[in-house]
Amino acid sequence: MAQVKTYVRPMQGWWRKNPFFVRYMIREGSSVFLAIYALILLVGLLRLSQGEAAWNGWLAALTHPVSILFHWLALLTVGYHAYTWWMVAPKTAPNIRFAGREIPEMLITGGGMLATLGASVVVYVIVRWM
Amino acid sequence: MTDTRTIEIEVLRYNPEKDGEPHFQSFEVPFTHDTSVLQGLQYIKDHLDGSLTFRWSCRMAICGSCGKMVNGKPELSCHTFLRDYYPGKVRIEPLNHFPVIRDLVIDQSDFFEKKLPSIKPYVVPKEEKPLSAGTYLQSPEQFHKYYQYSQCINCLLCYAACPQYGLKPDFTGPAALALMHRYNADSRDKGWDVRSEVLNAEEGVWGCTLVGYCSEVCPKHVDPARAINQNKVNSTMDYFGVLKFIMPKGGG
Repeated sequence: MAQVKTYVRPMQGWWRKNPFFVRYMIREGSSVFLAIYALILLVGLLRLSQGEAAWNGWLAALTHPVSILFHWLALLTVGYHAYTWWMVAPKTAPNIRFAGREIPEMLITGGGMLATLGASVVVYVIVRWM
Repeated sequence: MTDTRTIEIEVLRYNPEKDGEPHFQSFEVPFTHDTSVLQGLQYIKDHLDGSLTFRWSCRMAICGSCGKMVNGKPELSCHTFLRDYYPGKVRIEPLNHFPVIRDLVIDQSDFFEKKLPSIKPYVVPKEEKPLSAGTYLQSPEQFHKYYQYSQCINCLLCYAACPQYGLKPDFTGPAALALMHRYNADSRDKGWDVRSEVLNAEEGVWGCTLVGYCSEVCPKHVDPARAINQNKVNSTMDYFGVLKFIMPKGGG
């Protein structure tokens, strides 16, 4: 290409210009809540290793309204993250063939979502009643 | 359906000899049920302003020349119809993320002169066979492994859909990486080793963050996001040196 004067458009605010990109940013952003939630759990493990008083202190901190608000927010965003995770799973899944055919995308997405829901119910039942 | 209606088409104008930056210009364009966005642009050029500049060729969604941003979405303008935007207006811009040469014409040389040649888009055989050795045989199953990825028409809609390419122009990008997979997945090809440096690089498959919009806008259903993300697995196995056991035809 010969030397010509061209105009390069700025990228500023790119993700606000298309709903597809807004959903992508929420998907990526929701992982921050997941990371914070995992850190809180790890702190709990650390406090457990430090004895009963430390553990009870951690439990008490969880009942603080800020903590409860965060956990509701985390539940919502992680739920959305799980949904988007399975929506893109057909793109990342290895090329598995079953009886000579490729597994349909719907089966990977739907199966994954059902498995997530099933596992969540099982964990809830164990934590709540067992 | 022959009744003629009128729609407003807003076009991005940029004249490198006069303009510091682009601006929009509006035109009132008559259209019928079967008028494509490309035909709308041709009407402007023929009847309203002959200086409007844009690329096109086949008018039937196979040459890949007429890609534009239509109301913010990368589309083949011959494959998009004015009726679907009426009574609203249509805003046409050059494909995103590429430098604008004039009006709707973009500089494609980054793709055609750098990205595409870098992935060696041709079958690299293990050893050259003389013509007398006959043709390469391929089963339907082997053919289907790459067929979808061979449908790319180099229209660059996927690059206009990829914010990673816009933010980091060194990223090899969706079409080139999908075409790389097209050859790597071909049973006649043994070129993994000569392509792996580009594939394994930060600017290769790892530059993709799976936005996934490339596959959404691809007019030929190539699914570049799938091609790229499958190869993140291959790239990892290559890094640990296990790929050659799994992929006996390539890798070593």
